[in-house]
Amino acid sequence: MKFTLSWLKDHLETDATLVEITDKLTAIGLELEEVEDRATDLAPFTVGYVIEAKQHPNADRLRVCIVDTGEARIQVVCGAPNAHTGMKGVFAPPGTTIPGNGMLLKPSNIRGEDSNGMLCSEREMGLSDEHDGIIELADDAPIGAPFAQIMGLDDPVIDINVTPNKQDCLGIRGIARDLAAAGMGTLKPLDATPVEGSYDSPINVELNFAEGYEAACSCFLGRHFRGLTNGPSPDWLRRRLTAIGLRPISALVDMTNFITYDLGRPLHVFDAGKVNGNIQARMATAGETFLALDGKDYELDGEITVIADQKAAEAIGGVMGGEASGCTEETTEMFLEAALFDAHRTAATGRRLGIESDARYRFERGVDPAMARPGIEIATRLVLEMCGGEASHTVLAGTLDVPAKVVAFRPARVTELIGIDVDETEQRKILSDLGFGIADGEDNWQVTAPTWRTDIDGEADIVEEVARIAGFDRIVSTPLPRLSHTAKPALSLSQRRQPSAKRALAVRGMMECITWSFMPRRFAELFGGGTDDMLLANPISSELDAMRPSMLGNLILAVGRNGDRGFDDVALFEVGPQFRDATPKGQDFVAAGLRRGRDNHRHWAETPRAVDAYDAKADALAVLEAIGAPTASLQIAAEAPGWYHPGRSAVMRLGPKNVLAAFGEVHPRILDRMDVTGPMVAFEVFIDNAPLPKAKANRNRTELLVSDLPSVHRDFAFVVDEAVTADSVIRAAKGADKAFIGDVNVFDIYAGKGIEDGQKSVAITARLEPKDATLTDPEIEAIATKIVAAVAEATGAVLRG
Amino acid sequence: MTTEIETLQDELLAEVAGAADLAALETTRVATLGKKGRITAQMKGLGKMDPDARREAGASLNKVKNVVAEAIEARRLSLHEAELEARLATEGIDVTLPVRQQTQGRIHPVSQVMDEIAAIFADMGFTIAEGPDIEDDFHNFTALNIPPEHPARQMQDTFYLPQREDGMPMVLRTHTSPVQIRTMQDNPPPHRIVVPGRTYRSDSDQTHTPMFHQIEGLVIDRDIHMGHLKGTLEAFCQAFFEVDNVRFRFRPSYFPFTEPSAEVDIGCSYEGGKLRIGKGDDWLEILGCGMVNPRVLENCGLDASEWQGFAWGMGIDRIAMLKYGIPDLRAFFDSDIRWLHHYGFVPLDVPTMSGGLSR
Repeated sequence: MKFTLSWLKDHLETDATLVEITDKLTAIGLELEEVEDRATDLAPFTVGYVIEAKQHPNADRLRVCIVDTGEARIQVVCGAPNAHTGMKGVFAPPGTTIPGNGMLLKPSNIRGEDSNGMLCSEREMGLSDEHDGIIELADDAPIGAPFAQIMGLDDPVIDINVTPNKQDCLGIRGIARDLAAAGMGTLKPLDATPVEGSYDSPINVELNFAEGYEAACSCFLGRHFRGLTNGPSPDWLRRRLTAIGLRPISALVDMTNFITYDLGRPLHVFDAGKVNGNIQARMATAGETFLALDGKDYELDGEITVIADQKAAEAIGGVMGGEASGCTEETTEMFLEAALFDAHRTAATGRRLGIESDARYRFERGVDPAMARPGIEIATRLVLEMCGGEASHTVLAGTLDVPAKVVAFRPARVTELIGIDVDETEQRKILSDLGFGIADGEDNWQVTAPTWRTDIDGEADIVEEVARIAGFDRIVSTPLPRLSHTAKPALSLSQRRQPSAKRALAVRGMMECITWSFMPRRFAELFGGGTDDMLLANPISSELDAMRPSMLGNLILAVGRNGDRGFDDVALFEVGPQFRDATPKGQDFVAAGLRRGRDNHRHWAETPRAVDAYDAKADALAVLEAIGAPTASLQIAAEAPGWYHPGRSAVMRLGPKNVLAAFGEVHPRILDRMDVTGPMVAFEVFIDNAPLPKAKANRNRTELLVSDLPSVHRDFAFVVDEAVTADSVIRAAKGADKAFIGDVNVFDIYAGKGIEDGQKSVAITARLEPKDATLTDPEIEAIATKIVAAVAEATGAVLRG
Repeated sequence: MTTEIETLQDELLAEVAGAADLAALETTRVATLGKKGRITAQMKGLGKMDPDARREAGASLNKVKNVVAEAIEARRLSLHEAELEARLATEGIDVTLPVRQQTQGRIHPVSQVMDEIAAIFADMGFTIAEGPDIEDDFHNFTALNIPPEHPARQMQDTFYLPQREDGMPMVLRTHTSPVQIRTMQDNPPPHRIVVPGRTYRSDSDQTHTPMFHQIEGLVIDRDIHMGHLKGTLEAFCQAFFEVDNVRFRFRPSYFPFTEPSAEVDIGCSYEGGKLRIGKGDDWLEILGCGMVNPRVLENCGLDASEWQGFAWGMGIDRIAMLKYGIPDLRAFFDSDIRWLHHYGFVPLDVPTMSGGLSR
């Protein structure tokens, strides 16, 4: 919301400085966005009198001027064709920055003649594109006077941010009222003395609504004018509108814009000569079309309020007028409308039609319902002043009565809610200055909200009004009472899993990414998503239109982007949400990661190797360990989802159904479709599926039972069918004699020469742990025999010869 | 001692001294003290002497034997040292060669900052609450006192999903505030929670991304007022930005779910184009807050005459950018490994209140 200081002072009697006013605006919730103080910006520019302008001796197109600045006589070399003796122009001394081109003026010598300043054109002053000559000021412009003042540019323009609840401050009078209440002066009375009409309006108004739609427009006050001369509005009005960024059009249109900004009361003017018969407010009919003042055609429907004559819609109520009945320079008869439109319907209409307008902005936030009458009287006076002619009696449909809104308010609530002391006298003064009525109730105040405060809803709003004007700077910082002597954990057990998973993966050399929760539909489909119910209705682009069914898709794209920058070997992970369905319960927390390329850079001491599915398996296990999942009980099954390589992937699950993780090579077809180079290995850990450990009575660990006696290692090489899994060999070996067998590890897998086709050699090492006495050779031999027998029974293995 | 024995000693000592290496020394030792060594041979000759001569000669021989044995041992040590020195002198490595690689990943700044926030608020007695990213219109708007067509809905550009079967519009949450509603609906007061999470608005330019992170706070109790809000936020900002003092400015503002509402500016300076929190005369807006609107309490089934409190919300990405001087929001979500390496955090730097939030 923009306004000028002088415009504000139409309503506010004040001695406060500009800075005091702008600081106070922010302090009371009308946040200052910007002050454009052109008087300060243009301060170096003054009125200069050209005592003499003579031809430059060495340049045909230049003149040497002697300029009287009021303080000195200064020589200026000037290239403007219109520079002549006896004129008054805009003088800028050296050291000035020229607004139009940013040039810093310096004393100079142009072809042998000194030049100590400049006479400026409108373009150089940043006022227009005019650059055919320098500005010629009126003969009576006082020499040495500030240029900004001469041109009426010395009125600072203030821009504030008005929150949706402060619709009363979408009129400058509302801002003045707030400032007055906050001690910045006195609110001037508003002169809304009725203007007597001299004839009956030939146009009548009516509200024509079906039952249930009456609220669309509850009041329509109108007035007819005749004998008008519409033309450019006077300087003062043009200057104000221009200052706040509005384009002056004609006196009648400018008047409505003025009242909109001055009082926050949108009005509309119809060219009465183009109106057919009486005017009514009604709902549009479906399919009705309308050419609005913005030059666009709109198709209306039965939920849109229109102002119509006997033939067609002439305005969209509260939003925009129509081209057909718009006022022009030729308009001599005019019909003035001050109607009240429903806020919600206006908002919905504006949004559906995509029309932004000053009227819509105000109506959808709530216009003061009591301002129709004063608005129309003040407008009438302006019209008659500017355009002559005469005004009819007003015509009214609906009611101007506004029901009072009364809120029970306990002054003590200010201290209770805000923690500041504002005594009752001060509270009373603040509220009455803001226009609230106060009647003493039994144990409270009955506070009547002024008609312009359509936002007031309850006691908390009144508290806010008092606190806002009293000043939030009075709030004293107070520590929260401690709930317990020492701090308790902020995270639940399940919440701790996400940070644990992240740090476990970062320790393993992976980079944590955060990628979008959405992804392109065509890629979401590759991961079992992209169904209609998972599509955004209004995506920001088609590349971000589907909720992600898996995090791998976005990570694959991220690996691709890094590859495009020359980084082929990457390890990325993300811990975040993925989406099963579009409900609040359809979201799972997952840790997912991807590796591509080699596990390391080339190095003098080590040879890097290509990453493989076992890296992804290790990543998955690291996460499962970190989140406390029972990794020892996991079963591995070749049942990974379709985006994994069918032969190089698996899931890890608890029991037959609860899948905790999947890992493996990414399916080459997926990478092909996504146009990212592989191979790549991936894992997904479904964090929410891991059971939480049972609550424990205490934190005791089980007792550690170890022997000081030396353990021994025995190695075995088995020949098994290719299809036999290493896991089954290990499990069989471990189970052969649980009392003595500790770790069992695979240390070699071999197929090829010396091993029959379709078979492989699996070499394991087992650690044998003594209990009470050192293991003797026969004891060791006996355990070894059990291991061989157990593995043979479970897998059909034979000991390699 | 006879001259003969003295001569023997001199000869033997000279041999020991002359041994060039450990092998030569061993030969000398065998030739001297071994079974067939010269001293051993002399010892064997003692038996043929008369007792007096034997005693005298025996004593002399023993002395020689000891002296020579000591000399051998001393020579052995010095030869050993010399050999070791000689070997070590050939065993140099280029200590400047790079070490074997152990790649270390990085924690994303948003995760790190979330952990910092959790540490601070845990100390103030808060717990972390979470909620879904896909929300219904009721939790995201209506329950927060933002009815349909309310102008506040236009303050936020909402992503919509297909309507639920019962006609309820589904949205990607535009703020973390719906978790306030879920918390108050599901648990009895008092409440003291913070809610970090992903939030979404259909906005994309230099300083906006369609997805970003927010942290929401909610305190509901019987005697909580706006002074507590100010105290809490001041304590948080001092701890988070790791400065002793921050200047704070509360400006009245408007949010449908709080009444009164405020925006909070924090004191800062822009010396030489570098933002510094806690110093200087400039202001930087960092969050919105207020006392929970009684309508919101009632929407959650709380008696607004008994319970009151405050709520606030701020951008996690933004405060991460402010604290760590990260220039571009969009880079947060680009997964460029150079960016992650540079702005990310090593995994063992876990923020704590006891050890400090950052290095």
